[in-house]
Amino acid sequence: MNDNISVINAVDSNKIKGKDKGNVCILAVESSCDETSAAVVSDGKNVLSNVIASQIAIHKEYGGVVPEIASRKHIECINPVIRQALDEAEVTLDDITAVCVTYGPGLVGSLLVGTCAAKAIAYVKNIPLVGVHHIGGHISANYIEHPDLKPPYMCLVVSGGHTNIVEVKDYGVYNIIGRTRDDAAGEAFDKVARTIGLGYPGGPKIDKLAKEGNKDAIAFPRGHIEGAPYDFSFSGIKSAVLNYVNSCNMKNEPYDRADVAASFQEAVIDVLVGRTIMAAKEYGYTKVAMSGGVACNSALREAMKRSCENEGFNLYYPSPVLCTDNAAMIGVAGYHEYMRGVRHGLDLNAVANLSF
Amino acid sequence: MKILAIDSSGLTATAAVYIDGVIVACQSVNNKKTHSQTLLPMINDVIEQADITPDDLDAVAVAEGPGSFTGLRIGAATVKGLCLAIDKPVIPVSTLKGLAYNMAGSKSIVCPIMDARRRQVYTAAYIYEDGHLNECLSGRAVAIEELLDKLEGLSCGESVTFVGDGIPVHREYISERLGERAHFAPPHLMYQNSASIAVLAAGKAEQGLMISADEFEPVYLRLSQAEREKLEREHKVGQ
Repeated sequence: MNDNISVINAVDSNKIKGKDKGNVCILAVESSCDETSAAVVSDGKNVLSNVIASQIAIHKEYGGVVPEIASRKHIECINPVIRQALDEAEVTLDDITAVCVTYGPGLVGSLLVGTCAAKAIAYVKNIPLVGVHHIGGHISANYIEHPDLKPPYMCLVVSGGHTNIVEVKDYGVYNIIGRTRDDAAGEAFDKVARTIGLGYPGGPKIDKLAKEGNKDAIAFPRGHIEGAPYDFSFSGIKSAVLNYVNSCNMKNEPYDRADVAASFQEAVIDVLVGRTIMAAKEYGYTKVAMSGGVACNSALREAMKRSCENEGFNLYYPSPVLCTDNAAMIGVAGYHEYMRGVRHGLDLNAVANLSF
Repeated sequence: MKILAIDSSGLTATAAVYIDGVIVACQSVNNKKTHSQTLLPMINDVIEQADITPDDLDAVAVAEGPGSFTGLRIGAATVKGLCLAIDKPVIPVSTLKGLAYNMAGSKSIVCPIMDARRRQVYTAAYIYEDGHLNECLSGRAVAIEELLDKLEGLSCGESVTFVGDGIPVHREYISERLGERAHFAPPHLMYQNSASIAVLAAGKAEQGLMISADEFEPVYLRLSQAEREKLEREHKVGQ
């Protein structure tokens, strides 16, 4: 693998009590964007390995993920990553009950690499193949560290590609209550970061800089969708930041980047938290979960915690490494699909805009 | 020697099983369905028709490129998964050589042309001598005009047989330039065929030219657009 690809095994081996293969041992593969990941998960809860090869250093140079480069890197990484996941879990393919793979949504070229490799392995080993929805994976990341969390509950899925409020009725049974009408929240973070010269990836950089700024300094708009109280729109906020920066530049007035970052972040968090809490109340849930890359954002975590405490709700979210794309979450989601009898054929295709 | 050979580099998806000098099973489809849906079921079919299991294979041969980036990756990822699971090596074969081998025995120069968009073709040129294809123009992505300039220089009046999916796109222009010296493969020989890949792979296997599945990478012959543009920008700054 290339020097610019960093590989980790995101499992705290001290926490694993032996490598218990369990009754159902899943090999999971995830390659929907710019992380190639493979994991071994037993009985839907014990993560025996979770190897993640990140290409972020490569895409940084281009200011965002370049799909063709991402696809090529997945081809380089896929076998070493799967091999490492099996080795670290101390299993062989003969121990695997089923292969689970993300088949959408995501970048189609990226998805195809994981999907084709996973299908070929399932075919040779003559074991079931289960295609998994990426968002179902993000939601299921919560079960890994919170064995007490059981459906039903309300979940906010928020990342660079997705922004959804999802009613989790049962394992693998979802009802989407709110969605973004334009950009995903994480996309807005990336674009605003570029506007104020922070570079890619924008989420962690804005999070850090915002700590030095005043979140009430600039009043950026909160996007409302008429007649769809749980939906989101982030393109308006993004444009407002761009306009603000441009008008400062035209007037030759310096602006405080930390204030812009803090005020922008506050506007996004305000709608994410407000609508999630409103949905939980309206649908009668007292359990709220969060997942996806933006769920790493420290201010979002704080704001959601405060609101949940005020309402007397229990809040769940994964550790940062399980918020970003990883195969362990696909293994957990895939386990529940497998138990429900979901099976896919050798003709499984990658679907960029897979519906939920 | 039991080899599974596949080619998903172009419009055709094709898979064959070769056992000791015999193409025991071979399938090709050119039906506009995505290779990710057709390729693995097709592999399953030819393996069954050959009455073997994947574990019986000694190696998997794959058309390494050039070709459609997505098509190449569907083939590469499939082969990587197969070989990881059966723990056997990969035999990469040039897509261009595979196409040229469709015309084995030809007395003329054989010139594969694959439509590479942007008014270019992926191409090479071969001469069939002593039962072997010898390369006289290495694999490259060039404008069709440039290819014909090269061929005029090479062939000194010899005839050239074209093969590949670039034919329907460039036939007229080629005929204009080369006149009666240009010949075109008929439809049953024009497209990628896994049987050609299999036979070429068997020859490579005899010479030990096999690699591990983890090492195998497609031969794209082109950088991604983002990388090309980045290089151009850096080049301009450098000037």
